[in-house]
Amino acid sequence: MSTTTINLGSIENIALGHGRCYLVGDEEIAVFRQRSGHLFAIQNRCPHRNGTLSEGVIGAGKVICPLHSHKFDLASGAGSEADECVKVYTVRELDGDIVLTV
Amino acid sequence: MNQNKTKLVVVGNGMAGARVVEEILKRASDRFEIVMFGAEPYGNYNRILLSNVLNGSQAASEIFMNPLAWYRDNGIKLHAGVRATRIDRQRKVVIGAPLEKDALAYAADAAAVPDAALIEEPYDHVIIATGSRPFVPPMEGFGGPGTFLFRTLDDCDQIANYAKTCKEAAVIGGGLLGLEAARGLLTHGVEVTVLEAAPQLMIAQLDFESGKMLRDTMEGMGIQVMCEKITTKIVYDDGRIRRLDFKDGSTLETDMVVVSAGIRPITEIAAASGLTVNKGIVCDDQMRTSDRDIFAVGECVEHRHKLYGLVDPIWDQAKTLADVITGFNPKAEYLGSRLGTKLKVMGVELASMGDTKPSLPDDEVIVYSEPSRGVYKKMIVRENQIAGAILLGETDTAGVLMQMFMTGAAVPSRRADLLFGTSSGMPVLSVFDLPDHAQICNCNGISKGEIKEAIVIGKCHSVSKVGACTKAGLGCGSCKVLVAQLIEAYAGEVDDDPTEDYYVPGVPLEKAQLVAEIKRRGLKSVSAVFRELAGDKEDPGSKVGLASLLKTLWPGEYDDERDARFVNDRVHANIQKDGTFSVVPRIYGGVTSPAELRRIAEVAEKYNVPMVKFTGGQRLDLLGVKKDDLPKMWKDLGIPSGHAYTKAFRTCKSCVGTDFCRYGVGDSIKLAQEIEHRFQGIESPHKMKLATAGCPRNCSEAYVKDLGAVAIEGGKWEIYIGGAAGGSVRKGDLLCTVATHADVLKYMGRFMQYYREHGKYLERTYGFVERIGIEPLKMILVEDSEGICARLDAEIQKAVDAYKDPWKEAELPAYPGQFNGPELAHALELAENNG
Ligand SMILES: Cc1cc2nc3c(=O)[nH]c(=O)nc-3n(C[C@H](O)[C@H](O)[C@H](O)COP(=O)(O)OP(=O)(O)OC[C@H]3O[C@@H](n4cnc5c(N)ncnc54)[C@H](O)[C@@H]3O)c2cc1C
Ligand code: FES
Repeated sequence: MSTTTINLGSIENIALGHGRCYLVGDEEIAVFRQRSGHLFAIQNRCPHRNGTLSEGVIGAGKVICPLHSHKFDLASGAGSEADECVKVYTVRELDGDIVLTV
Repeated sequence: MNQNKTKLVVVGNGMAGARVVEEILKRASDRFEIVMFGAEPYGNYNRILLSNVLNGSQAASEIFMNPLAWYRDNGIKLHAGVRATRIDRQRKVVIGAPLEKDALAYAADAAAVPDAALIEEPYDHVIIATGSRPFVPPMEGFGGPGTFLFRTLDDCDQIANYAKTCKEAAVIGGGLLGLEAARGLLTHGVEVTVLEAAPQLMIAQLDFESGKMLRDTMEGMGIQVMCEKITTKIVYDDGRIRRLDFKDGSTLETDMVVVSAGIRPITEIAAASGLTVNKGIVCDDQMRTSDRDIFAVGECVEHRHKLYGLVDPIWDQAKTLADVITGFNPKAEYLGSRLGTKLKVMGVELASMGDTKPSLPDDEVIVYSEPSRGVYKKMIVRENQIAGAILLGETDTAGVLMQMFMTGAAVPSRRADLLFGTSSGMPVLSVFDLPDHAQICNCNGISKGEIKEAIVIGKCHSVSKVGACTKAGLGCGSCKVLVAQLIEAYAGEVDDDPTEDYYVPGVPLEKAQLVAEIKRRGLKSVSAVFRELAGDKEDPGSKVGLASLLKTLWPGEYDDERDARFVNDRVHANIQKDGTFSVVPRIYGGVTSPAELRRIAEVAEKYNVPMVKFTGGQRLDLLGVKKDDLPKMWKDLGIPSGHAYTKAFRTCKSCVGTDFCRYGVGDSIKLAQEIEHRFQGIESPHKMKLATAGCPRNCSEAYVKDLGAVAIEGGKWEIYIGGAAGGSVRKGDLLCTVATHADVLKYMGRFMQYYREHGKYLERTYGFVERIGIEPLKMILVEDSEGICARLDAEIQKAVDAYKDPWKEAELPAYPGQFNGPELAHALELAENNG
């Protein structure tokens, strides 16, 4: 399997506690910067009805979809509803930049 | 008196005594003539919930399980405030003495009313359920002013009252109850220190490691903890406590002391009557004492050399006793219980069951420790069953673990699932597989069958409804997860229930307490609330509700962390199902002008807005807008935000009023504009939609709005509140009739402020007005029965003054990326890994 590492630019582009959507190729990926300092990356579109997860409220490693409040675990991708989960990506901070692996 | 009935006398009217009577009535509702002696002057209440009473999250009146009417309805004669002193086994009578009004019910020397006639009740059977009393370790000076125990409603009352006069309090005993008492004291505004004799907290339920972490957590909440402190003396000065002296020579200054250092069974009556008493009243497996006609149940019992201090074993004992005494199952046996419990301290998640340390060579120990977050999880597996477990900091799986521990179920091969949940999110334990008699709520002894019935037949589809119907989940609360799973299993879906007790799910406080704590500690940001009141756990489902509350509590001063807002409030627009937004400019009172309309039309064209629609609130909605375009459109529009996206004052629509209408008797347009100018952007528990009507024909539907003003003959205005015409339809209630526009604004503002302060999050005004009642509201808001009107008026004025048009952020975004759509990722640094 081949993986690509991408620098998404300064971590300061995401305000603390917020998420932001990045277009990688034609994939939308939501990156979150939790108040605790943790970074998370998951697919941006909610498996339920396509809600934009990067707009969701986060905390304690979870995001709430803005459309119908389904919840997803940012680390595992597990969803609050049966049969719903999202893809997770590896993301970390490197010298003040966000580095994503896809 | 009925000669045919068996005479049953129950001594002790606490949790065990009342429960055993309930169990007996279930099996044989009219075979017994029942008499109860209770030293406390009340019906039976839920002692477990005293911790909540002390910390203010429940009123004393809420914890009664058997109110006096219950005794009456079941034909039970209750001697409340009477202590049974002896059982005359020759004459077969129980003898009791009425206690003085302020006697300490559980004291060995509780003062009886002098010269009062003794009460005698003949019996065929006696059940002793006297419970226990707090144990006071040997020390000099206990019993003076400012020293307390923690066992009864009266104790709670006295502790709370005395705390008002104190700056510092000490709790002797760092066990379950001591910590709950300490947390309770904290809410009364005193500095609290817990003194524990052992080297760690909760030695019965925790190992050293978790004990240490719990100590850090408690200290983080502002409770001082001192271990290995043995108090030898309480030193007084001028009728008040001055300090405590410890065995190691050190001292601690304090104003009051609560002792919670264990319990001892109350056995005097058994001993005085010649029954076998060891540490407790000795019973066999059928709960019989050494006299065949006398049984015992609860904390006063010693069964197979064991004493129990939790309610779960008591439920089992009560069932066995009832089976035996009614002959329902004469061979029933109680064989002992496994113990599990949860600490009910706000802001601390802790569950513990069984062994805390391995004891056999083959015991398997699974430990996970994350000190930085105060999370510790440990499980001891013996012969493929759970022999013990500790969950600290995160207790999501506690309910399942407890079930498996209690039932001795085989554990899954992936042990981690039991501590963290499965990675697929599938439940470890299918609630379908549990038998109907499996006990789900250990605090109140509620089985799966009873809960299932409440869900399927009683149509209770939320955890709180199931609780209201069965009492499940109303004790320590650790079974709520299982109750939710049962609802999912049998009803498909758990209903959201805005009447859940907590204001938001992640901070275990009702609104009034939450507000009090926020004010007392001066918490001005959502993260500060999580830090101080929720053990630093940032629950995403609570952020939005907290943000709204804080903004209401600290107008102008609130530290507005934008990540706590729902997306609509971050970008000041309503998110649509395709991820686009809608823009609704404010149109005061529904009156616009050709110039304004032209501008709106131009903006709609310029940004290719796919749909322009009139809203129900007499304004225009531009739908399908991309996030990036929002600030540009607002600038081009030059009209303030209509707040169509948030929990706040929305609009005030109006009819044509007096200017052009043939019937109008009041200037509804002008009034609507005044209202909208004044209250625009005022946040509230839920949205508020308003209207003014120029006459009672109600063209603008003012009767069915959250607030409505209707003009009547004589130039007067009627103010209606709590109307609704959405999913629910309700005509508003008349609050008052006033003469001027200024008065309409005054009373509307007053109501809004009261609703802002007392409404539950997401409670619309129609629910709120129904909950409080229109008559009380009139008293409070019109008659000023609570003397708060001047303050309400001042608070709403502050909120009005703090209004800022959020669309002004178009000029200067509040945080990076506020109005940015997806960012194109540039592969700045590419590295291919093959692996
Ligand atoms: C603050 C607090 C929190 C608790 N939290 C939990 C918890 O989370 N989980 C849990 O499982 N357990 C908890 N417990 C323990 C639980 O409350 C007890 O196990 C339970 O109440 C015992 O029931 P009982 O009927 O044996 O005793 P009690 O409930 O004490 O009832 C005995 C009653 O008999 C009366 N009495 C005594 N002698 C006489 C007499 N001679 N004549 C007449 N009346 C008499 C007493 O005054 C008392 O009213 C808590 C206890 C307290 C105090
Ligand atoms: S689209 Fe995410 S919850 Fe419905």
